[in-house]
Amino acid sequence: MKAATRTIRIEVLRYRPEQDAEPVVQAFDVPFTDDMSVLQGLQYIKDELDGSLSFRWSCRMAICGSCGMMINGVPKLSCSTFLRDLYPGPLRVEALAHFPIERDLVIVMDDFITKLHKIKPYIIPKEARSLSQGEYLQTPEELDRYEQFSSCINCMLCYAACPQYGLNSSFIGPAAMALVHRYNLDTRDGGSAERNPYVQAEEGVFNCTAVGYCSEVCPKDVDPANAVNVNKTEAAKDYFLRFLRPKGAQA
Amino acid sequence: MSARKPYRRPMAGWWKKNPYFVEYMVHEGTALFVAAYALILLAGLFALARGEAAWNAFAAFLRSPPSLLLHGVLLLGFLYHTWTWFNIMPRTLPPIIISGERIKPATITRAGLAASALASVALYLIARIAA
Repeated sequence: MKAATRTIRIEVLRYRPEQDAEPVVQAFDVPFTDDMSVLQGLQYIKDELDGSLSFRWSCRMAICGSCGMMINGVPKLSCSTFLRDLYPGPLRVEALAHFPIERDLVIVMDDFITKLHKIKPYIIPKEARSLSQGEYLQTPEELDRYEQFSSCINCMLCYAACPQYGLNSSFIGPAAMALVHRYNLDTRDGGSAERNPYVQAEEGVFNCTAVGYCSEVCPKDVDPANAVNVNKTEAAKDYFLRFLRPKGAQA
Repeated sequence: MSARKPYRRPMAGWWKKNPYFVEYMVHEGTALFVAAYALILLAGLFALARGEAAWNAFAAFLRSPPSLLLHGVLLLGFLYHTWTWFNIMPRTLPPIIISGERIKPATITRAGLAASALASVALYLIARIAA
């Protein structure tokens, strides 16, 4: 590693439940090189300055979705945000907004995991198939319909960007809806009837007021706001068309 | 006993914390300008229903300086609302595919703004011809 040439002050919102009644800001001066991310800055703090600092991370290459945090008030992956771009600072690092803080930069993500589980984010086959029937074939056009939504890495930056989720955490939220949309659009999938109750409920898509910031902060260009809003139209169509269908007919 | 004590941060003043949210609130706020203008139109309709004298009084009010000022302010609100509304529109539409290509978000926004400008000019011309 190149020798550190500059120093930046990182202000971390710390919360140690055993000693803090509420979060407090602690500042650290961190020497850095041009190739260092905010995550590496935090790792420097943990290794050299204060070993008690807690934060989540894994892959360091913006694919695992573990290291999301508020950097100067904006939800970002700390591994793909560089200290050189924030120089001279100081920069402020805080746990992802709208989630309870477990400790320091670690949030309680149970709510998101529960929602993710509920919407069944996997292919539910339309009909039972045997191995002898071979693989499912899809055209490039069929792949194109859902591909962007399949890029979600569950980093929860969109939840930290969504004031509606912050105000009412029963809202299903952007990423869960993006994944509903991803599987509902898949020609191999037949699970939309199982997912739609979560979509069409009041705390489903209609809690969204089209702020659109979720899509701005998404590190994978999933555009969850689009998934949510397209499903508002779909939910409305599904509701009104049921009056036109003969009694007992399936959607 | 669990030592866990998750901390919930307050949401008070959330929209002031990020310029994006401020813009969102201004956008939502300008919807009230649209509603106010709808009420003015409705008042005009009632005046028309009440007869010639009421209509003339309403028309005279429209030409008064306070009314012109109000309309100027409402127009600014409308313009901002239109601009931000069409900016968010691409996020609300399913993909539009024309000859195998997805229409880009910026194209959708521009088309919306152009349609709105065209409609305004057409309405203005109709009003001029009718007057």
